[in-house]
Amino acid sequence: MATTADSFQAHTEDHAHHDADHKPGFFARWFMSTNHKDIGTLYLIFAIIAGIVGGAISGIMRMELAEPGIQHLQFWAEFMGGTSDFDTALHMWNVFITAHGLIMVFFMVMPAMIGGFGNWFVPLMIGAPDMAFPRMNNVSFWLTVAGFVSLLFSLFVPGGTGPGAGTGWTVYAPLSTTGSQGPAVDFAIFSLHLAGAGSILGATNFITTIFNMRAPGMTLHKMPLFVWSVLVTAFLLLLALPVLAAAITMLITDRNFGTTFFDPAGGGDPILYQHLFWFFGHPEVYIMILPGFGMVSQIVSTFSRKPVFGYLGMAYAMVAIGVVGFVVWAHHMYTVGLDVNTKMYFTAATMVIAVPTGVKIFSWIATMWGGSIEFKSPMVWAIGMIFLFTVGGVTGVYLANGGIDDVVHDTYFVVAHFHYVLSMGAVFSLFAGFYYWFPKMSGKMHSELLAHLHFWGFFIGVNVIFFPQHFLGLQGMPRRYPDYADAYTYWNEVSSFGYIIMAGSMIFFFANLVYAFVAGRKAEDNYWGEGATTLEWTLSSPPPFHQFSQLPVIEDHHTAHDHMSEPKPA
Amino acid sequence: MKILGSLNGFHRIVASLAMAAMLAFGAQGAMAQEAAETPAETPAAEQVEALDPADAAEASSEDVGPGAGAYTPMQPTPGKGMPVDGGLDVQQQYSPIGHQANSLHIGLVWVMAIISAFVLALFIWVILKYNRRANPVPSKTSHNTLIEVIWTVVPALVLLGIAVPSIGLLSAQYKSPPKDAITVKAIGYQWYWGYAYPDNGDFEVVSNMLTKEEADARGEPHQLAVDNRMVVPAGVPIRLQTTAADVIHSFAVPSLWFKLDAVPGRLNEKMLFIDEPGVYYGQCSELCGARHGYMPIAIEALPMDQYNAWVLAQGGSIAGAEEEGAEAEPAAAPAQEPESAEPGAPGAGAAPVAPTA
Repeated sequence: MATTADSFQAHTEDHAHHDADHKPGFFARWFMSTNHKDIGTLYLIFAIIAGIVGGAISGIMRMELAEPGIQHLQFWAEFMGGTSDFDTALHMWNVFITAHGLIMVFFMVMPAMIGGFGNWFVPLMIGAPDMAFPRMNNVSFWLTVAGFVSLLFSLFVPGGTGPGAGTGWTVYAPLSTTGSQGPAVDFAIFSLHLAGAGSILGATNFITTIFNMRAPGMTLHKMPLFVWSVLVTAFLLLLALPVLAAAITMLITDRNFGTTFFDPAGGGDPILYQHLFWFFGHPEVYIMILPGFGMVSQIVSTFSRKPVFGYLGMAYAMVAIGVVGFVVWAHHMYTVGLDVNTKMYFTAATMVIAVPTGVKIFSWIATMWGGSIEFKSPMVWAIGMIFLFTVGGVTGVYLANGGIDDVVHDTYFVVAHFHYVLSMGAVFSLFAGFYYWFPKMSGKMHSELLAHLHFWGFFIGVNVIFFPQHFLGLQGMPRRYPDYADAYTYWNEVSSFGYIIMAGSMIFFFANLVYAFVAGRKAEDNYWGEGATTLEWTLSSPPPFHQFSQLPVIEDHHTAHDHMSEPKPA
Repeated sequence: MKILGSLNGFHRIVASLAMAAMLAFGAQGAMAQEAAETPAETPAAEQVEALDPADAAEASSEDVGPGAGAYTPMQPTPGKGMPVDGGLDVQQQYSPIGHQANSLHIGLVWVMAIISAFVLALFIWVILKYNRRANPVPSKTSHNTLIEVIWTVVPALVLLGIAVPSIGLLSAQYKSPPKDAITVKAIGYQWYWGYAYPDNGDFEVVSNMLTKEEADARGEPHQLAVDNRMVVPAGVPIRLQTTAADVIHSFAVPSLWFKLDAVPGRLNEKMLFIDEPGVYYGQCSELCGARHGYMPIAIEALPMDQYNAWVLAQGGSIAGAEEEGAEAEPAAAPAQEPESAEPGAPGAGAAPVAPTA
């Protein structure tokens, strides 16, 4: 029996457990998978593919917006099987913004954060052999894929003025009901049903796993912060997604079965849809960023060689963000005609979120304070994330003011804000997590040089894209516009130029993947050194197909970030 | 001017921060001060009554030449009521709410800049001071209750300092227009605006975007210029109502700090007050289908007498001139044909709402 960490690792590498590395055949392994690490890998591959599609669509959008007038939309309308008349071309624009939003939210960020890293590392970090419901885990993944297929299918069927659903990712009624004839919107809605069902199943799986499958001694208050973040996220998913499902089911019945939930002609109200959507939609933005917070906490602690500062504050700040996140939804609806008291309440409640968010940002800096910081690729991405998220956070406080929102609501200022928190906050933490764990997952080291080049290109690129959009928004340029007044030309040109820088940096990312698999040197068990203290670093890289057949024991005197305890026989 | 404005805004935030601190320590009544600080507007409705409609019609024909509908659209002032090339900040404001909101906006920009700079400075400090070369042995500190309390309480006080003027702005924005304010109803259609004047004989003006060539011919900005503007009087409160006929639209004019969704089945209302005559452009701000980007808004604010002349030229009647009720005969209804900028567009050419008899 293994009694020390070293012999424990040797133990697994020696294949002493003959079933530990028994892998099923290719089809059974990748299409009928019940292994949390394989499903995590599938989610990551899926997210990268969806990210390429969503990112390419934003490239088309930036290309069209590089100068005033309509230059490329006719081509894309014809390319997608429509006619080249003006309205079809403009409809194509709405299809692009809709697809970009839905793909990035539901098929890139969520699958990567929760499906990918969550699946891979939650069981490893809590010392569990797998997820609680391995087969349901597989169902979650394939439902997400089915959702993506349904969304892609919607691009090729009529959606009103042209092919595809042109309703925006918010799918507001009545544009999405009486305003969009044809099956495209039905397929887009069905896509959300499928992806949502997958996420609800995934959320129940994570909650059950985290509550019931922690290794002996791994109390809730010793869990790594990434596990905490996934736990909070899973609760948000479980509570928010059914509301979305209800809202879009009502859209389906309004569209096809003669109900009038959102149609004033039958006693319904279009604003009801917006309340339901944003009751889901606001928690959704925290669903996208909380696992990123968790990853950044792990990374900052690892590369500062210090435990996370204010661990409990960090954990409960995430809980607070999750709870308050459910009572601020109408700040997305400041201009719909809310009464003054409602608007005052939502202004105040929204600003409250800045407090736990501030706690997190200051705690990350305090973690680095007094540390011995090594600027490896995950760390530079994490630092980039914290700073850019701060910028997105302060513009969030600005937008929280209901009276100020009257001038910037639905302008590019909002676009800039949510890309700072998502395209920089969430995506930077995804890349941070990717470089942090890629060698652990693949067993191959990536190139630090390429990862740093990727970082600097991406950092400069996204800032050149999105910072000028604040100016456009303040000047009044509305969002979801394919064409604009001449005065907006300058900053749009700059923004489109930034896209080229950003896209160029992605070459380093893909080159790095190729490099790692072709020429990457073999990753050690704990390649980041003494700062990396969570349980996944006690395993080989990649970990055995089945791990922890003997549960590791976390001893009482160890803190949450000092998990290098000796695994004891269970 | 700009610097003064920014200082003013900054002081507002600082002052309200102080107020917030007072509130936090139990001092009451800081809110009352804010509530009292709302601009008192005297409705200039007497002008309406003083004006004889016949005189106005005469005045209008003197101004713009003879013939029905011979009203010349006002030439927009470059840079006023429209975005400017490479602009960085909000548009110059032309309403009391705009001025109040703008000073809060400037204060908030300062707060955002200071917080971002502070976090950046902390980063630079830890990167220089605590990198592996400079500090090979990490400390093991992981708790400090005092600092954690400070970085919870101080941001909360800053937010309270923002909330006070912000709530004040909201209450000012929701001030109801006076009873006798002129009502203008903006109706969103796919994809143009209709402006109804229920107090002036309930005629409706249909407003479509001009093509690039037409806009050039009139010397107006592309994508913003329209054939028929929403004409309103300047310097008096206007009751602006919004609704929509098909899907949700949003009536937005950045230089007036005004945005209100036009929702089918709902009638939203908000007071609009424009300081001075001029042309103020805006654009539909809620995704409404293919030509969402092609239904701009142009408000033309005129002195009251010219506004009345315009109303008469449209076949409307002047509020308060009861004996002239006959003006609103169907025969005198607006002669404008609903027309889209793009022939053959869905919705184009469809009559909006039948002129009220």
